[in-house]
Amino acid sequence: MTGTAAPPVGDPIAGIRPAGPVETSARGDRVFQIVITAFAISIPLLLVVIAVSIGLAAWPALSRSGLSFLTSSKWDVAAGEFGAAPAIYGTIVSSILALVIATPLALGVSIFLSEIAPKWLRQPVGFLVDLLAAIPSVVYGLWGIFVLIPLLRDPIAPFFKDTLHLGNTPLFSGPNYGYSMFAAGIILAIMILPFISAVTREVLLAVPRSQREAALALGATRWEMIRDAVIPYAKSGIIGGIILGLGRALGETMAVTMLIGNRPEIAASLFAPGYTMASLIANEFTEATSDTHLSALMGVGAVLFVVTLIVNALARWLVWRVTKGGVR
Amino acid sequence: MSLRSRHATSTVMLTLTYVAAIIATLPLLFIIFHLLRQGAAFIRPEFFTEMPKPVGEEGGGMANAIVGTLILIGIASAIGLPVGIGAGLYLADKRTAPLATTVRFLSDVLNGLPSIVLGIFAWEFMVRPFGGFSALAGGVALGAMMIPLVTRTTEEMIRLVPISLREAALALGYTRWRTSVSIVLRTALPGIVTGALVAVARIAGETAPLLFTALGNSFWSTSLNEPIAALPLQIFTYAISPYESQHAQAWAGALVLIAIVLIISLIARYATRGRHDGGGD
Repeated sequence: MTGTAAPPVGDPIAGIRPAGPVETSARGDRVFQIVITAFAISIPLLLVVIAVSIGLAAWPALSRSGLSFLTSSKWDVAAGEFGAAPAIYGTIVSSILALVIATPLALGVSIFLSEIAPKWLRQPVGFLVDLLAAIPSVVYGLWGIFVLIPLLRDPIAPFFKDTLHLGNTPLFSGPNYGYSMFAAGIILAIMILPFISAVTREVLLAVPRSQREAALALGATRWEMIRDAVIPYAKSGIIGGIILGLGRALGETMAVTMLIGNRPEIAASLFAPGYTMASLIANEFTEATSDTHLSALMGVGAVLFVVTLIVNALARWLVWRVTKGGVR
Repeated sequence: MSLRSRHATSTVMLTLTYVAAIIATLPLLFIIFHLLRQGAAFIRPEFFTEMPKPVGEEGGGMANAIVGTLILIGIASAIGLPVGIGAGLYLADKRTAPLATTVRFLSDVLNGLPSIVLGIFAWEFMVRPFGGFSALAGGVALGAMMIPLVTRTTEEMIRLVPISLREAALALGYTRWRTSVSIVLRTALPGIVTGALVAVARIAGETAPLLFTALGNSFWSTSLNEPIAALPLQIFTYAISPYESQHAQAWAGALVLIAIVLIISLIARYATRGRHDGGGD
């Protein structure tokens, strides 16, 4: 029974033979290897299948309008004209808005948790911030509709328009209904905050102690130590975390659909309603009756897929560089 | 810059991080506060046992949506857990092999894809060819979301298992696969269960993929080939409806959903604490 196959070269247990009765050990091992390898391979395979199915669904629209699908700003279902530019614009603006709000907060929290907070505070505060990631998107949307939007109508929007006298600048002009790019940006900021702060905290903790001690020994204040010794070391990981947050914001669907106002127009004002790629698909999918409309929605989905794929790959690569370097 | 102003800058910046920490924890407290205030009054036994009432009638429950969500979680777990745990075993075993590195990277990328993209995939892959929205398609979309989450936690948990344990099993004559399954996997089990719970908590509240797959159902259905109701879908429909009574139901549903998600997350967090001394003996 034993010795049916030679163990692989370099095997640490090569030459050790089991003492007891052994049921086809080599074959069992081989089957097990094949099974777990198959499971592992199913992940790249799944990505390929996702790419192919979205490509197939989007092909009619993309081949029909070509590059103008991306550049045309006319999305008119009745006329059968589908240009994704307003949704692409809305996705970019709402995500940038979210990053502008969330990044300083996430950096602040991460520095607080990794460098400053007393030990007993770290766990509970970190837990509360992490929990933000556990709240379902649809609950954010519900909260947004009934709490955030009324707050935006009054006092937040009047504060920008009248108190700060920004009502005539393009960014804050026009009527304010509450449902707006601004509302979407704020809710997105809250939603991506835990993702950015989780990664940032991790890379800050990966910065070696010696880095901090050296800065302090040279006479730096605590802030100078963080600014000159800790953050530069963790920089590419922090950027990775921010891009990871961007990836989340780009594809976030439900909360944005419920708050952004869903209007396919490009408006300069943050108080105007808009659309994102994800909210456009989610909002119109159930009403889409014609094949061209459906396929146009899938075309938007394909653009979203490609963009988030690139953004995520970039982010992961940046984070990996730091965390691996830190451990080594 | 004088020493005094440097210290002043330092104090100001460090205080700002305190402020950031306070602002960052506020939204969660706000959301939970509003959920309790708006939703708690409607959580009665009927909410869990009755069907939704037609528009305009007060009361009623979300029994079908709660059961639907449980069924969807079941299907998703049946797909996501075996594949994820298997792939995690592979990654922990092969570590730096080129294929392992690729799979690890792609699993992270898959994890970052928007859930709506997985909804489109399941729609094109399962709904269109078989001519109808179904619970099964919803489960596939959610299961695909679980795979990368389970894979990475499984890998991490297995790596925590001391190599000496593995060596001891091999020395006693266990075959490699028996060592993997009954020693390594069993020792890492509490951690893997935690990872599975975290993954379930994440997909339990997913709405976007279900728009394309499970669709929702206002009637009682447990068939896997029919559209099925789900708690997040119901909350969405009610939240954007113009009726007060449905808004109240949406808050109540959201409170139940959050309670499910938070309880699972807390169990997971509690279970992780004992992961170093758990399981194997």
